[in-house]
Amino acid sequence: MTTLETTRRDFLKTSSLATGGLLMGMALPGSKMEAQAAGTVYTPNAWVHIADDNTITLISARSEMGQGVYTSMPMLIAEELNVDINQIKVSIAPPAAVYVNALLGAQITGGSTSVRDGWEKLRIGGAQVREMLISAAADKWKVDRSQLKAERGMVLGPKGKKASYGSLAAAAAKLPVPEKVALKDPKDFRIVGKRVKRLDTPAKVNGTAEFGIDVKLPGMVYASLEQCPVIGGKVKSFDASKAKGMPGVVDVVQVNDGVAVVASSYWQAVKARQALSVQWDEGPGAALDHHKVLASTRAAADTAKVLPIGKPVGNAAEAMKGAARVLKAEYITPMQAHAPLEPMNFTASVKDGKCLLIGPTQFQQGAHGAVAGVLGIKPEDVTLKTTFLGGGFGRRLELDFIVQAAQISKAVGRPVKLLWSREDDMTHDFYRPLGLNQLQAGLDAQGMPVALQFKVTSQSITQRAFGLPKDTLDPFMAEAAVAAYEIPNTQHDLVIHDSGMRVGYWRAVSHNMNAFANESFMDELALAAGKDPYQYRLALLKNRPRFANVLKLAAEKAGWGQPLPAGRARGIALMEGYDTYMAQVAEVSVKDGQVTVHRVTVAADLGRMVNPDTVEAQIQSSIVFGMSSALMQEITLDKGRVQQTNYNNYPVVRMNESPQIDIVLVESSEKPGGIGEPATALVVPAIANAVAAATGKRVRKLPLTPEAIRQA
Amino acid sequence: MSIKLNVNGKAVAAKSESDTPLLWVIRDELGLNGTKFGCGAALCGACTVHVNGQPVRSCQTPLASVAGKKVATIESLPKNNSHPLQQAWIKHDVPQCGYCQSGQLMSAAALLAKNKNPSDADIDQAMSGNICRCGTYPRIKAAIKDAAATMRKAA
Repeated sequence: MTTLETTRRDFLKTSSLATGGLLMGMALPGSKMEAQAAGTVYTPNAWVHIADDNTITLISARSEMGQGVYTSMPMLIAEELNVDINQIKVSIAPPAAVYVNALLGAQITGGSTSVRDGWEKLRIGGAQVREMLISAAADKWKVDRSQLKAERGMVLGPKGKKASYGSLAAAAAKLPVPEKVALKDPKDFRIVGKRVKRLDTPAKVNGTAEFGIDVKLPGMVYASLEQCPVIGGKVKSFDASKAKGMPGVVDVVQVNDGVAVVASSYWQAVKARQALSVQWDEGPGAALDHHKVLASTRAAADTAKVLPIGKPVGNAAEAMKGAARVLKAEYITPMQAHAPLEPMNFTASVKDGKCLLIGPTQFQQGAHGAVAGVLGIKPEDVTLKTTFLGGGFGRRLELDFIVQAAQISKAVGRPVKLLWSREDDMTHDFYRPLGLNQLQAGLDAQGMPVALQFKVTSQSITQRAFGLPKDTLDPFMAEAAVAAYEIPNTQHDLVIHDSGMRVGYWRAVSHNMNAFANESFMDELALAAGKDPYQYRLALLKNRPRFANVLKLAAEKAGWGQPLPAGRARGIALMEGYDTYMAQVAEVSVKDGQVTVHRVTVAADLGRMVNPDTVEAQIQSSIVFGMSSALMQEITLDKGRVQQTNYNNYPVVRMNESPQIDIVLVESSEKPGGIGEPATALVVPAIANAVAAATGKRVRKLPLTPEAIRQA
Repeated sequence: MSIKLNVNGKAVAAKSESDTPLLWVIRDELGLNGTKFGCGAALCGACTVHVNGQPVRSCQTPLASVAGKKVATIESLPKNNSHPLQQAWIKHDVPQCGYCQSGQLMSAAALLAKNKNPSDADIDQAMSGNICRCGTYPRIKAAIKDAAATMRKAA
């Protein structure tokens, strides 16, 4: 048994969450969401709500956007609470300090942090309540608590005495939360580490799962928002006379980001929006295009301030001079959109100085604060309920659409559902920034690297979103910059450049650009040395056992070195991201520049796993997501206008393009790593290396379109 | 002026303007929220429903064009998830975010209604109009095969 110190700060009793016996945010007037318990609900701590009718609700402080937290977060609590995972209900937490993600410093779902942040915290949360229930039973039966144990929702005592958690909840909730609790030895886990069926699947196969787009409030109207075609532009003037006369139109109102048409139905709002005439002040963004973004980034790489990433090893500049051979390469990862399938939306009801918000968000605390700020009301007068998210990928960390919904509701004095079109979504994203990676290596006479210089130039999302001071290293630009390999002299640098684009965190963030560059370059070095890219890497991992292990596992499983059908080739890549060690082998063929990915093999060591089936699902998901990124997607601009508008000109991988995916998971007792993102980044160089092996052409600027391959 | 149609076995007189896409009639007027909006251009398949048994993209299907026809939405599948496809989706834990899955299920249901033993190519052909941004394709494919086997046994 392990004993962990509980900090008061993290585990304050949150009895304020219980309002009139019902969970806060669960009994919203007129919404489909209902209190999950009929009885009186008690909240021994922030994670466990027990009703006297024995309904047990476990709280997920993270948003469910597909990654499985609706199941994995309760699994961690249930393990120590000693309840059957199928006996419980799940609720997504409202904004509250206790639910802050310690790895990110705010109530955020992202960065593949949910399990890493919750691993101890949630087990402690479950164990605390278990101990409180046992204490309550001990008091009731006047026996020593050491004679009692908690199992499957019951406290069991001597002489066959037993009491359900529900019957003890009222007394337990009055007890102090224990400072110290004993946690199970992992070998005794009954839930964690098992392939548990997702708790949200039943509602997602019969149409009843509630997403933001499905929210309805009494008296609700629908809004469609015309925003400036150039992001950042402002309304100069508008003529709504025609729109106002169209069927169903309630009002046309100006908000910070544009002009909203509000109508009795969404389609009426869309049609009337087409009749709207808006004059824009497009602002400086109108001069921007993707060529300028690249050109200014390249210029900054040569002239702007250089920030070291980590400590240099040896003296790369000196060692480069003595190298038998020096290789240089420049890699470019393009701007990309998130394009989650559920377009941006939120429902807001602003009335009498209070605001109710319901919808899909990855950032409860941000939404809460931003809306309170823009409406000029107190944060405690803003109530936020999170629905299921129809995809997130980082887009729903942003707050623009939430603030818009609140402003529109305030302007029309009614509950409003704001729903963007796909075109709105594609052209008003916070885009993944362009990445420019410049690498240089010195090889010895045997072709092995003696020096490596790495410089990445890109835009800081953290400066925009969280006010990171200028000339400060942005950790979300330096991920996977320092690779696994043992090279005696290395130097890694970052240049931060504001290109004028509106940028956002995009699944796997800077792992994408840095892993593409590092792993493509490693293959180029192996080629220059005349060595097999797998063996070349392995030779540089003598003291990196977790890296070497996954590399070997992936190579073996993929049949590295074994003959392939004519026209096929393999590529390999290796990375650590989110404390997860991963290797991939992609098997491709290329015909007239068109890449077909036949098979991707993944070996991953992410330490302890909560739900291995979810781990596999996230790897499968990441492979498909990363393939779209590698092969198809690029955001371009003309006169500041994003030119991609829908899934026709911003394609995503479809079923007929989806490869066979083989996964090897390493059993490990290391601390858990994140798995929602790393495979997204790593599949890109695995494919690029396979394409180079198949064609002899090295593509250094993504995506790997037929045109790019022909021109390489 | 209303347009009469049949939705999930019930006679409906829809009052929306006749050019309103069926998607918004189903969702906003009839309150059946399972059918989703993804692209508005018949590119993603999230809005797939059956019209007289054929899978159609309801975002590009004007209300007027379905007058007198039979429409089936995800809500036509059993709420207790007893349909072989729903069972297979649960067995394989297919959904991630779940947003596309109503459309995926309706496309799959249309496929299995006419082909109880689909090949990989048949499945690709029937399902490649449905985008899943979470990349659940391998599991969808496995689940369709599983459901087809169940349906063949039951037949």
